[in-house]
Amino acid sequence: MWIYEKKLEHPVRVSCPDVKFAKMVITQYGGPDGELSASLRYLNQRYSMPTDNAKALLTDIGTEELAHMEMIAALVYKLTDGATCEDFKEAGWEGQFVQHDHGLFWTDANGVPWSAKYIACLGDPITDLVENMAAEQKARTTYEHLIACTDDPCVKDTLRFLWEREVVHFQRFGEALNEVQEWMCKSKHVWCGHEMRKEGK
Amino acid sequence: MNCEKQFMMLKRLQEMEFVAIELNLYLDTHPCDTDALNDYNCAVEAIRKLKKEYESEYGPLMNFGMGGYSKEPWQWAMGPWPWEL
Repeated sequence: MWIYEKKLEHPVRVSCPDVKFAKMVITQYGGPDGELSASLRYLNQRYSMPTDNAKALLTDIGTEELAHMEMIAALVYKLTDGATCEDFKEAGWEGQFVQHDHGLFWTDANGVPWSAKYIACLGDPITDLVENMAAEQKARTTYEHLIACTDDPCVKDTLRFLWEREVVHFQRFGEALNEVQEWMCKSKHVWCGHEMRKEGK
Repeated sequence: MNCEKQFMMLKRLQEMEFVAIELNLYLDTHPCDTDALNDYNCAVEAIRKLKKEYESEYGPLMNFGMGGYSKEPWQWAMGPWPWEL
């Protein structure tokens, strides 16, 4: 079960609305390396993890990513606050205005709608944890591109916080990978479909 | 709407919850680190206190019975919502 906490993980503020930047940062909402993709990827992979620590980590990071998705949503909400049709047209984001007005929609920076294709789950804990490490690096890189595209110090603060989380998650997934690898060696476990079985059984 | 006081109270809670999130993820991969475990438990204590203070002013932080008590009228449904603050 999940419970909603009526607060953001980290404050989200903007100096002034900026539709052009909203059009860019929406990719962290509904893009391939965005926060929705991250959250669903991790929460969905929990079921094929062999150790309790790995299950806990995927639960916790998957939950934190939901909070990051909410921060990106709040950022887009504030960046487009009070924007008119003209503002959207000037930013080259009139398609958003025509189809969604001030409503949010899951797309990347090019307007490509979110897809489950962004989620990987092979059911092999080594494969999936390595996938997650790559995903964290891709998100980190995207945040670096986004930070380079804005001068607003408030927006930079939000993006830097999210950038730092990608670095920490990468570190933790790396540790989980080591632990799972050790576990497989130590207790002579071999990969056997969706179950881990002791050798010789 | 002037929400500066609410924003600042929430910020203290966000800071302490950040400590807990970091320690939580760290403990997921270092479950036997007793220093980290003690720090985590200290953060739990601090969060409890900050949450109680915040909720007595602005109502429950969590729904479905997991947050604090509500005053009248039903405080959960009152703004500002997190993205508006």
